[in-house]
Amino acid sequence: MSRKTVQQSNVSGGLQLNKIDWKKFWIHLSLIAVVLIVAFPLIFSFAISTQSLQEIMARPSLKLSSHFLTNYREAWVRSNMGRLLFNSIFVALTSTIGKVVMAILSAFAIVFFDFRFKSVAFWTIFITLMLPVPVRIVSTYQVISDLGWLNTYVGLTVPLMASATGTFLFRQFYRTIPGELVEAAQIDGAGPMRFLWSVLLPNSWPNVAALFVVLFIFGWNQYLWPLMITHTKEMRVVVVGLRSLIPGGGDMLPEWNIVMAASMIALILPVIVIISLQKYFVELMIDTEK
Amino acid sequence: MSQSVVFKNKWLPYILIAPQIAITIVFFFWPAITSLRLAVYRTTPFGDRTFFVGLQNFRGLLESPQYKQSLITTFVFTACVTLIGVAISLAIALLLNQAVRGRTIYRTAILWPYGVALPIAGILWMFTMHPTFGIVPHYLGDIINFNFDWILNGQAAMLLVIIAAIWTNLGYNVAFFLAGLQAIPKSLIEASLVDGATSLKAIRHITLPLLSPTTFFLLVMNVVYSLFDTFGLIDSVTKGGPGGATEILIYKAYKDGIISLNLGSSAAQSVILMALATLLTVFQFRFIERKVSY
Repeated sequence: MSRKTVQQSNVSGGLQLNKIDWKKFWIHLSLIAVVLIVAFPLIFSFAISTQSLQEIMARPSLKLSSHFLTNYREAWVRSNMGRLLFNSIFVALTSTIGKVVMAILSAFAIVFFDFRFKSVAFWTIFITLMLPVPVRIVSTYQVISDLGWLNTYVGLTVPLMASATGTFLFRQFYRTIPGELVEAAQIDGAGPMRFLWSVLLPNSWPNVAALFVVLFIFGWNQYLWPLMITHTKEMRVVVVGLRSLIPGGGDMLPEWNIVMAASMIALILPVIVIISLQKYFVELMIDTEK
Repeated sequence: MSQSVVFKNKWLPYILIAPQIAITIVFFFWPAITSLRLAVYRTTPFGDRTFFVGLQNFRGLLESPQYKQSLITTFVFTACVTLIGVAISLAIALLLNQAVRGRTIYRTAILWPYGVALPIAGILWMFTMHPTFGIVPHYLGDIINFNFDWILNGQAAMLLVIIAAIWTNLGYNVAFFLAGLQAIPKSLIEASLVDGATSLKAIRHITLPLLSPTTFFLLVMNVVYSLFDTFGLIDSVTKGGPGGATEILIYKAYKDGIISLNLGSSAAQSVILMALATLLTVFQFRFIERKVSY
């Protein structure tokens, strides 16, 4: 940058000092407005979850009331919340771990080996990348029923493991591993599994963490699948279990304070996961950009 | 497709890839083939006999006014969620990119609804917008002349599910746009500003074109999201009602198959949706592949 330009920008910087501050002010004001609008339904719902039914009927308000404990206890007992949460945690964790392990192994095979039918295997996996469960729900239900997996944990978790997202992610990552590293390992006499264990895995943790966030939330938030294949209260996951608190499609009068208390309990864990691990989640996106 | 240097092993790669292939075949290809087969058969109302009907289920769909209605509903819903959602997210990301202080805090405060399951997001919004107890109709009802009763008014119900769907996916879009914005070299924008461009001009002529791969990716992802992932939202909030006003294709396929037990028609609808999903996947995949190989 020439000296003249530096001077110019300094001058304009000095003159614009006030203006720049106002610009920042409006940016922050708009962002705070966005944050509040985004948080609004949660704030209102939380307020409702602390109010009595009379207070809700009287007039809608954001006021926190004194019925927090009563409502949450009622929601917990009435929906069998302990069991629902256990099922959700179990299903989300099992399907996530299953997916991550399978993704690591199959991406390893695709990137670091040559074998017959490789491109067939490749497309078999990746064609499912965006094909969601609901599209093939009737026939998948039939398969689960034939296998005798209805209303079981196996039925709840194993079919969810057929996802290409993770394989795709690890494939992208493995392809950035320099070939010299593979050669070095081969010269050292390290076999493929040794290479996977001591070279690839230690470098994969940020990817594993990012994938964990996405898949855990995906598993926790499953709705149609558990709704279809479980029919006893003991096997319900929390997102589905909430239904039992709302009669009909919302046209009859549910006890909204109890429903809201249960909703708060059901959403808190995945929200904590996304907030605490968002660093990895965002880094994954930045990597995708490159 | 692979590393230049590979391991040599006859059977290991097959073992490594077998679990995922097995699950994909059993829970994806088998059901997909079953759907295809069901789609060309018709089952009698009592389910005791099935007979081959060829493409009659598909023809029945194309002639059915309900299916046409569902197509239009799906188009409106998908277009609104995708276009409005992506536009708002872009605006927020541009703002966030300007704010140096507190960027991470703002991002967190916008990203968190991504963790909320759509059926639960639906419950929060349906109460916030409830015609009798909701706070939004209570205060906005006096200012705006709009019938907020989503239980009876189809437009209000559509508005409700669109808002809930955009709300849940907003943080995902913003995070992606922000990542895209941060990949744009600062010097490029600064240079244009030194050359006398206003910041709005810089955004229009430099930032937006450079961001177009991200925008394209997000548009496709949001179409997929609105078409397929919103089932739980519709089921927990409106059940397709009132009067079919929010009955999108995925919900109709479920309702016709599981509730009305019209398996042939539902399977035909599944086949159409599967074709759509596969098309979008190939589209997105080709695009990602091209970008990666640069």
